[in-house]
Amino acid sequence: MWNRRTLLTSIAAATLLPTSRARAEEMPGITDKEIKIGNTNPHSGPASAYGMIANTEVAFFKMVNDRGGIGGRMITYISLDDGYSPPRTVEQTRRLVEQEGVAFMFQGLGTPPQTAVRQYLNAKKVPQLFVATGADKFGDPEHFPWTMGYNPSYRTESAIYGKYLLKQKPDAKIAVLYQNDDFGKDYLAGLRQGLGDAYAKMVIKEVSYETTDPTIDSQVITLQGSGADVLVTAATPKWAAQTIRKVADVGWKPLHFMSNVSISVGSVITPAGAEKAAGMISAAYGKDQTDPQWAHDPGMTEWRGFMKQYMPDADLTDQNIPYAYAAAGTLMQVLKQCGDNLSRANIMKQAASLTDLELPTLLPGIRINTSAANFHPIRSLQLQRWTGKAWELFGSVISA
Amino acid sequence: MMRPLVAVLGGAALLLAPAFLLSGYHLFQLTTTAVYAVAVLGLGMVTTTGQISLGHGAFYAIGAYTAAILMGAFDWPYWATLPVAGVLCFGLGFAVGLPAVRLSGPYLALVTFALAVAVPQILRARALEAWTGGAQGLVLTAPDAPAWLAVSQDQFLYLISVGVAVLLFLVARNLRRGRLLRAMLAVRDHPMAAQAAGIDVARLKVHAFAVSAAFTGVAGGLAAIVVQFVAPDSFPVQLSIALFVGLVVGGAGSLPGAVVGALFLTFVPNLAEQVSKSAPGLVYGVLLVAALYAMPSGAAGLAARLLAQYRARKGG
Repeated sequence: MWNRRTLLTSIAAATLLPTSRARAEEMPGITDKEIKIGNTNPHSGPASAYGMIANTEVAFFKMVNDRGGIGGRMITYISLDDGYSPPRTVEQTRRLVEQEGVAFMFQGLGTPPQTAVRQYLNAKKVPQLFVATGADKFGDPEHFPWTMGYNPSYRTESAIYGKYLLKQKPDAKIAVLYQNDDFGKDYLAGLRQGLGDAYAKMVIKEVSYETTDPTIDSQVITLQGSGADVLVTAATPKWAAQTIRKVADVGWKPLHFMSNVSISVGSVITPAGAEKAAGMISAAYGKDQTDPQWAHDPGMTEWRGFMKQYMPDADLTDQNIPYAYAAAGTLMQVLKQCGDNLSRANIMKQAASLTDLELPTLLPGIRINTSAANFHPIRSLQLQRWTGKAWELFGSVISA
Repeated sequence: MMRPLVAVLGGAALLLAPAFLLSGYHLFQLTTTAVYAVAVLGLGMVTTTGQISLGHGAFYAIGAYTAAILMGAFDWPYWATLPVAGVLCFGLGFAVGLPAVRLSGPYLALVTFALAVAVPQILRARALEAWTGGAQGLVLTAPDAPAWLAVSQDQFLYLISVGVAVLLFLVARNLRRGRLLRAMLAVRDHPMAAQAAGIDVARLKVHAFAVSAAFTGVAGGLAAIVVQFVAPDSFPVQLSIALFVGLVVGGAGSLPGAVVGALFLTFVPNLAEQVSKSAPGLVYGVLLVAALYAMPSGAAGLAARLLAQYRARKGG
């Protein structure tokens, strides 16, 4: 006996019931007044420089709360120290989920620590949002539907270099220097993806180094000897600085592509010698706060206002800060989209429904897009060249 | 005759109770404590012969990878991996111990320290990557409780860890009885006199080192099963130092002391973080110094002293 009335009542019941029940049982970590969010970060130990990311997020959420929170709810952000040690990450994450009762985890840092809790969080159906690493594997909705990365993956970055080379310098002879670990190998995989069939022809030499090697001098000499005119370097800061210096010292002048993790003026370019790095190309997705071109940029002005009020003592040149500002801003958009339904399932669904989101500290044209099949929020980058004094963006935003 | 039975039953009840009283997270902490207790117990065997090892994290790591690789690549059941981890680490401990125990005191400490520094790098090595998963590490799936045992996975892992710990504590107790313990202590207190008394000092030291490595290897295997993940970053040099801290806080060479040391390792870092988020290391350091000041010979030493005082008062 389906008439219009029963149909309408059943629809009404179907829509009303879940929300009233969701409020009581299915929204862990959420009350009418609070949204509880968990995070693990190396606040101590060798990787503790990254702790600034969590500190920035704490300050950011304080700003959000001062402005009335999200839909009247205040954010409680609990960031615990894991010292970059995976067993500790497991313990702290369990504490956050089981004892503190957080709604979800946000911006957990580091590939090994976050790999250690990925299985646990997915089994518990707790969102592991915007993991703070560039490892490609954190965007795998088919196997880990509760995990989403944030940074453009290393693979995306080097695929973009490959695309650029294929178009601008199709006769290039490419040499690759990479760190012998996942980071370096993701890089090789990306280059292979970007160059496609041309990889075998264009890449004439691949040499790796170990983080235990005292210097990379012999690798650079081997690469120079190959006769390549393009060098793609996938190195962490210390090795990147050595490479830049050695390449200049032996008088080799390749078109040098440098991995985005190693383009900090303070920790790579200045130690290597600003002049020696001239002409080097890299890719960026965030605005460099030391770059004068953003002096009057509205987004960066907003960011500087935040710094003045909420992090007055922090180092203004620390690139982790604008990065965290962007990640926290992305989360705000997710929570706004959730409206009043802050169930874990809906938080995950909204995180996978971001469209053309632009953020104050990211480059113009970098738009965050996610979908049920795409758990890599940032997939485009813009190339930039080191002039000898500053990074200068050129070309348009390229998507992998 | 009733008293030992009561003690055994009471002890069993005390160990089993948390499995049914505590939530998942707290149970996980106790599981971790049981694992650390085995590792510290192992380390204690080295000190019983008067040596110091700052490198037992290496055996812990090797035990962990043994369990992870056997379970992941060869589909071994979890329980079968632990004896292999123990035997393998015994062999490695023997091989390392053979030349190393000829060095005494601080020199052995440094050789073992070098081992702890080297192992995480070796685990990253490209040649082994097919097995170790490189820097990325290996994810493994922890065993579920068998159907006839109606407990959750957390409870099951706790029971396994405590079961293994109890077993190894009994083994250690038997090893450290009578003649052998006296020989070990003699070697510690006066190697030359021990030698004169007919003890093969080098052999005893090597064996103690190897057994100690085996215990710590089993602990590592358990840790891998409990945490369900191994990576070079899981076994930094600090782990070896932490085990040593646990040993000293608990009271070097004492069996119950190993449990106290393990409790310290599990709970004090959390306590430190709760006291101060900005300088947990400082708080940890202060707590450590305070513990050593209050208990110069570890928790075991303090307990022995209190017991002696109590008896003296009771007697007098």
